[in-house]
Amino acid sequence: MGKPPKKKNLADKVRKTKTSTEIKNNPFEVKINRKKFDILGRKSKHDVGLPGVSRSKAINKRKETLLKEYKTKDKANKFIDKRFGEYDTKMDPEEKILQRFSMERQRTQDKKDMYNLNEEEELTHYGQSLSEMEKLNDMVDSDDDADEKGVLSAELTASHFGGGGLLRRKTQGEKDNGGNQRAKSRQELIEELILKSKQEKRERQNQKEESQVLTEKLDQDWKSIQGLLAHKNAPKADRLEEEDKPKLDEYDMMVRELGFEMKAQPSEKMKTPEEVAREERERLQKLEADRLRRMMGDVVEDCTKTQAHMSADDLNDGFILDGDEKPTLAYQVRDQAGSALSGKGPGRLCLVGEGTKLDGKWNINEEGAKIEGDDEEEGGEGESGEEESGGEEGSGEDSHSDLDSEQESEGGEEEVEEEEKDEEEKDEVPATKSQLSEEERKAQAEAAKTELPYTFKAPESYSDLKGLLQGHPADHQCIILARTQKCNHPSLAVGNKLKLQKLFGFLLEYVGELASRSPPELSTIDKIIPQLYGLCQLFPEAASKAMQTTLVDSAHRMEEVLEVKGRAAFPQLDMLIYLKITALLFPTSDFRHPVTTPALLYISQALTKCPVMSLEDVTSGLVLCCLAVEYISFSKRFCPELINFLLGVLHLAVQDKTSTGYSVVPPFRQNGKVSDLLVLSDPESSQTWSKKTLPLSATQTLTLTTDLDTDHYRLSAVATCMDLLKHCSSLYRELTSYSHIFQPITTLLSKHLPIKTYPAALQDLHGEILATISGSLTSRPLLVFQKKKPIPLKLFTPKIVEVLDYGKKRGNTKEEREKERLNHKYKKEFKGALREIRKDTRFLAREKLNEVMGRDAERKRKVKELFGSLATQEGEWKALKRRKNSRH
Amino acid sequence: MFMRHRYNGCLELLLEHISHESYQIKESALCALMQFASMEGKFPLQDLDWSEHYSFPRELIQAVVERLLSQEEDMALLISRFQEYLDMEDVRYYVMSSVRENVGRVMDKTKGVSPARTNVCLTYCVIVCPLVHFTAKHEDWKAAKLKEHKRTFERLWLGFLKYKLPSSMYKKVLVILHDSILPHISNPTVMIDFLTAAYDVGGAISLLALNGLFVLIHQHNLDYPDFYKKLYSLLEPSVFHVKYRARFFHLANLFLSSTHLPVYLVAAFAKRLSRLALTAPPAVLLMVLPFICNLIRRHPACRVLIHRPKACDDPYLMEEEDPSQCHALESSLWEIQTLQKHYHPDVATAAMAINKPLSQQEDAISELLELSTYELMERDLKHKQSKTVPLEFDPATQLLQGSGGVGVLGLNFSLE
Repeated sequence: MGKPPKKKNLADKVRKTKTSTEIKNNPFEVKINRKKFDILGRKSKHDVGLPGVSRSKAINKRKETLLKEYKTKDKANKFIDKRFGEYDTKMDPEEKILQRFSMERQRTQDKKDMYNLNEEEELTHYGQSLSEMEKLNDMVDSDDDADEKGVLSAELTASHFGGGGLLRRKTQGEKDNGGNQRAKSRQELIEELILKSKQEKRERQNQKEESQVLTEKLDQDWKSIQGLLAHKNAPKADRLEEEDKPKLDEYDMMVRELGFEMKAQPSEKMKTPEEVAREERERLQKLEADRLRRMMGDVVEDCTKTQAHMSADDLNDGFILDGDEKPTLAYQVRDQAGSALSGKGPGRLCLVGEGTKLDGKWNINEEGAKIEGDDEEEGGEGESGEEESGGEEGSGEDSHSDLDSEQESEGGEEEVEEEEKDEEEKDEVPATKSQLSEEERKAQAEAAKTELPYTFKAPESYSDLKGLLQGHPADHQCIILARTQKCNHPSLAVGNKLKLQKLFGFLLEYVGELASRSPPELSTIDKIIPQLYGLCQLFPEAASKAMQTTLVDSAHRMEEVLEVKGRAAFPQLDMLIYLKITALLFPTSDFRHPVTTPALLYISQALTKCPVMSLEDVTSGLVLCCLAVEYISFSKRFCPELINFLLGVLHLAVQDKTSTGYSVVPPFRQNGKVSDLLVLSDPESSQTWSKKTLPLSATQTLTLTTDLDTDHYRLSAVATCMDLLKHCSSLYRELTSYSHIFQPITTLLSKHLPIKTYPAALQDLHGEILATISGSLTSRPLLVFQKKKPIPLKLFTPKIVEVLDYGKKRGNTKEEREKERLNHKYKKEFKGALREIRKDTRFLAREKLNEVMGRDAERKRKVKELFGSLATQEGEWKALKRRKNSRH
Repeated sequence: MFMRHRYNGCLELLLEHISHESYQIKESALCALMQFASMEGKFPLQDLDWSEHYSFPRELIQAVVERLLSQEEDMALLISRFQEYLDMEDVRYYVMSSVRENVGRVMDKTKGVSPARTNVCLTYCVIVCPLVHFTAKHEDWKAAKLKEHKRTFERLWLGFLKYKLPSSMYKKVLVILHDSILPHISNPTVMIDFLTAAYDVGGAISLLALNGLFVLIHQHNLDYPDFYKKLYSLLEPSVFHVKYRARFFHLANLFLSSTHLPVYLVAAFAKRLSRLALTAPPAVLLMVLPFICNLIRRHPACRVLIHRPKACDDPYLMEEEDPSQCHALESSLWEIQTLQKHYHPDVATAAMAINKPLSQQEDAISELLELSTYELMERDLKHKQSKTVPLEFDPATQLLQGSGGVGVLGLNFSLE
């Protein structure tokens, strides 16, 4: 039993001494796993094994772990050797010993004082060694103390601590000089010395105070110009910083501030006219492309691009469209340079208020500083917040200075001034500090002779607005609106956005009322249009909603009338104006637009359902036709109602209505009592007719006293109609059914219209239209289906599936496969673990057996020894006895 | 006897009150009279020997009817009130017979449109009894027999329709004809003459007569020569604008739903409709375009109308009355291609359908029939609410400034 382990041990020893290549090459060590089949492409790791090596490895490992555990089993205590390098297996024992020895030597060498027993220890106070503290004690003291100390050490210490030599020398010198002078007593000398030192001390103090005052002044100066320099002259500021060096915290602050400020950024250079023109052209091209895209309606749902479209728009006129996201300073709206600076926070707003007071730069500075201080006091915000506020403040000031210079340069700019006054009144802060600007303002206030107030509350209701605008001439109304808009700019207060949105609705209502007055105040409306446009650009959603409501209300009313009577009156002038405004505010060429599409439908409804009963109706209808032409002129869309109505209007001018080669479409009748509306009563009246535009008010009330007037009006209407026809005929040139669309009109124009009696201008127009219609030979393209994508043939190539694990069941779902894989792995591991445990127990059993055998062997040996000694003893005793016997 | 006299006097007074100015008095008088009538029916004035029969105050009802068909004023409201009593079948029966007697008198006396005629017409319209739920309880009594009822009804109408009617009345009659009158006439074929005459009138009346004709053709095996030719000629530009267009297109859809129609006919209809669509308002276009597509779907031979690989000119003759002579089959529907440029997005989209081969599924046009422009507008407004609104980028400075291309309004009108 004792043999095999010994043998193995021997083998181990042998193995250890051999190199690994030797082992591998040794055929007795190598076990080759025989393969049954050679499989192509498979790499096997386990075709060659070294069982001896791996066994010895495993045994060694167990010896290190399991055996140790076994040995320390049931033992609570253990020894830890703290000697240097004890557990470091990489170190050679000799080296270990060497190191230990050298360390020992060092320890003994370090002892400076043989007799100092406590040398190793160091006394500390608050974690600092006391000796260190003693050394640096002087440094901790304040600098002025140090100053005094330094000075004192020169003379006072000398005199105090046995500096007698000096004293003596001095007195001796005096004696030499004076000769007859009585030698001063020591007492006197000392007093003199004290006096002198006191004087010196006072002087120093004075000097120090002075310098402090100077620095403070400098500091203040710096602050004052900082506002101007902060942005532009960074280098200069640096120089100033150097001067400011002594006050460290302020300096730090400033450095940080400057570091994060926009450092002299190159502002956008002034563009040359060509550049401006080019940019404008590019912008327009982009917008145009956008419009075309919407017209085609292929990507109707694309919202992001329209957003871009809007933002491109605002670059142009300085309006910030999405005002809610980027509140701007009120001034930037009219700042054509377009340096739209934005910022938020109380600091900025405060600055706006102060700046407009024209309090001067110092005031602003203090204000800024205060804000800054506040920020710092709040403290917890951290660095970034602080710096941000600093930067914003800088920009705010900058904007102010820009404005200031602008104002100074072109001092007569009224509006800026007015705004400032607006702001001032709103703030209600007396502006007394800056004399100069006040004078200026006074002068300009005189120049601005308007007596309108400068601030307006945003109207809360329609009657408010009416009250606001009533009684003012059109220009003033415009100014009022503009000011209202500015006073309530969305960036100034939270609720302003809503107020202005409401204002659009009220303004629309007001326009409607203006139009429905008699006579309609159209010129006022004309003036209001830019305001409406501006508001619409600011709030597209609200504007479109208001417009939609107006349209739907009107359409609803018309529908109700239609259901009852079957016909409806033409829309009033206010509705016509609304439709026109719609065309001005929204793009009419879109394939589908939330406002313009219903508006066009409304027009078509009016053109088909409202019968023409009078000349006013004819005028209204023609206005609607004009609007329809405007709506579709860009997109060139086909509007049947338009052609029908124009045909009907011309039919009104035909004298003989019995046998026509065409048929009119409702609301017109082939013949009836109102179907002669445009027939001239006297053919001679065309001699005196001259082309002039029809008044819009004629849609409501038409006062024509004489027959001649009426005839002239009729001719004008016919002329308008023909003009519209001309537009249509050129617009629809590309339609495939062009000739069919215009066929009734051609018949009417060429055969039935009494063109001979019309003036020459009309005859020209007539000829022109006919030429256009007949001149355009519409080509008829083939009407075929669009080519469909050919459906690909079915392919019968084998389907190739990549198989990753051979021999495994395939076709299962992924989860199943995964589960199977895991199961397999678990089995493998389980088996491995089992095997390991078995090996462990086997190892342990062997060790135990070894132990027992060892103990037995020992015991046997000892017993043998004892027997042996006993035997010798016995033998000796026997020999002694024998000797005794022999002696005897 | 005295009571009898007082009762008669009271009745006369009440009858006079029916022609009173105030509507309240008229109404209460009528109610009182009818109350009397019902009481009289239960407790007859004379002690009749045929007590097993029901008695009815025939004279009283006759007098009431006479007053109702007054020649001087419009009794429309009162007649509608009277309608309540007509729910009772005995009342209805006797009213019918008395009206029949009166109508000849009234119609002869008056010419043209008068309140009397309107009254008559209204009465007739009111007597569109729901004869269906007849109770078989009183089989032995004349007034309760369905057959008798029907015969009276028929005679009543025939008597009425003999006279020349003004067009508004004509329309009214035609509107109710197909579902209120025809089913209740024992021999509907007697109406053929009336309907064919109406169909030949043209315009809206023809459209309305279509419905009755359809019932006759469909249920009573009427053979109408040149029916489709007539229908074809009904397609006028005005057909899209009249009030009854929904009804017309509903019927046209029915007539043309047969798959046994000749191809030339269907092609002619499709071509004519599309030609007419060039003048139609958008709400109608939304209905007509699927209509045409449906026609082509039903008759795959018509596919050449929208898919013709070889070029040709338009040989279609709009003026030709006969669908077989108009060469529609040699033409193509360029009009629909034109409508692809229509200003309304939905119409344009609907017209785009012909660019691709049509799907097998027919479009349902039933809910499109009644679509009005206002509904279309509302649909548009609902269509997109949450999208951002594109804006005009040319800044507006004045009212008459041109937008899009040219300022036509500014050229022709001034701010005055």
